[in-house]
Amino acid sequence: MAKRSFLIPGVDKRLLIKDSIKTMPDVTRRRFIAGGASLGALTLLTGCDVVDSSSADALLAKISKFNDAVQDFIFNPDALAPTFSESEITKPFPFNAYYDLDDAPEVDGDAWKLEVRGLVDNKKSWTLPELTKLPQVTQITRHICVEGWSAIGSWTGTPLRDFLKLIGADTRAKYVWFQCADKDGYNSPLDMRTALHPQTQMTFKYAGETLPRAYGFPMKIRVPTKLGFKNPKYVVSMEVTNEYKGGYWEDQGYNSFSGS
Amino acid sequence: MSSLATVDEHVSATPAKTIQPVWVRVMHWTNAVAMVLMILSGWQIYNASPLFGFSFPREYTLGGWLGGGLLWHFAAMWLLMINGLAYLVTGFASGRFRKKLLPITPSGVLHDVRAALTFKLSHDDLSVYNYVQRALYAGIILVGVLIVLSGLSMWKPVQLYYLVKLFGDYPTARYVHFFCMAAICAFLVIHVLLALLVPKSLRAMIIGR
Repeated sequence: MAKRSFLIPGVDKRLLIKDSIKTMPDVTRRRFIAGGASLGALTLLTGCDVVDSSSADALLAKISKFNDAVQDFIFNPDALAPTFSESEITKPFPFNAYYDLDDAPEVDGDAWKLEVRGLVDNKKSWTLPELTKLPQVTQITRHICVEGWSAIGSWTGTPLRDFLKLIGADTRAKYVWFQCADKDGYNSPLDMRTALHPQTQMTFKYAGETLPRAYGFPMKIRVPTKLGFKNPKYVVSMEVTNEYKGGYWEDQGYNSFSGS
Repeated sequence: MSSLATVDEHVSATPAKTIQPVWVRVMHWTNAVAMVLMILSGWQIYNASPLFGFSFPREYTLGGWLGGGLLWHFAAMWLLMINGLAYLVTGFASGRFRKKLLPITPSGVLHDVRAALTFKLSHDDLSVYNYVQRALYAGIILVGVLIVLSGLSMWKPVQLYYLVKLFGDYPTARYVHFFCMAAICAFLVIHVLLALLVPKSLRAMIIGR
């Protein structure tokens, strides 16, 4: 690796990256370094193009929107994700986030309340004991990460569609938008058809035990017809809305529908 | 006799004999662009969660990070699939696959491999594929079909569940997808090398003659 390449004449690529890292705010820096600190990633973050790629980016964003429509079109609300036997469960089920487990949100289950907003008849907040009194079902399904790996896990909780019915949600609305307790404010929109899918679940237990902190205590939304990043953990509120409010990863470029 | 008749037709239709018809050339180069985009963005995606104990050098990946790689991959896939499908349909309907790629016999392939390795393989008539070419081209078409099917399985493992079944399960489809990529890369190296060794074949793929 003795060879140095100069994309901008006279500017060393590696020095440019090093200097840029120093000027980044903390969160950006961590994400950038985690992303491999390449010139490509720098271009993506800054929007300052070494090679003019803004038109390519705009085209890619358009195609991603088109892919949202294609996925919505082929989504079959009755198609169930394959289920597995207990012996097929991946052990240990991986913890995965953009932070270490030590930095995962620590939610006080006694103080926690699920806030309900938007196009619903009953906007009362729900405590954990109130929620866990609702009828629960268990599913053993494959969690597929946007990175490509997958793992089989066992989740227990209330079908989201039952809860939406209970609170009198307008199920003609376009999205259910979740907000989480993660630092940096994790959030993610879920299209209504997927929210009403029979396997989409408000999850309170993993492998029969109270959902551990690693997997999203006190509540995660298990969506076996979506990639992992659209399965929000540490959920604090849900909003039924017609407005597309974006999401933590969706805003950074992951395909918004990301259905499986 | 029938092959002589076809040649005669060609000669009378065009003054210089066309080796590669225009649809083959257009689809070939479209596929070349789509394939390179798919491979480089695919390496970016692979690096997010490597299947084996290595990663691809970042300099040879597309998109800058996983999200960018995915955007490229799921954009270029349309180019690859639409062009590939058009190629398969035209290849079968026009009779080109049957005429150019068949028959493929083991003895023929063995004979021509030996001839190729001792540089005795004739390239006088580029319109007739030797057995090495037939085996490689037919093989890579099959790999192309397989990589699209395994890719679709990974993209929509719930909606296209029957496709996943074809490979066994989701993780297996992922391995199949990887090894198809490896096969295409190996093909690409040999293909480019041979085209450079026989430059008039490259010319035929560009200007047709």
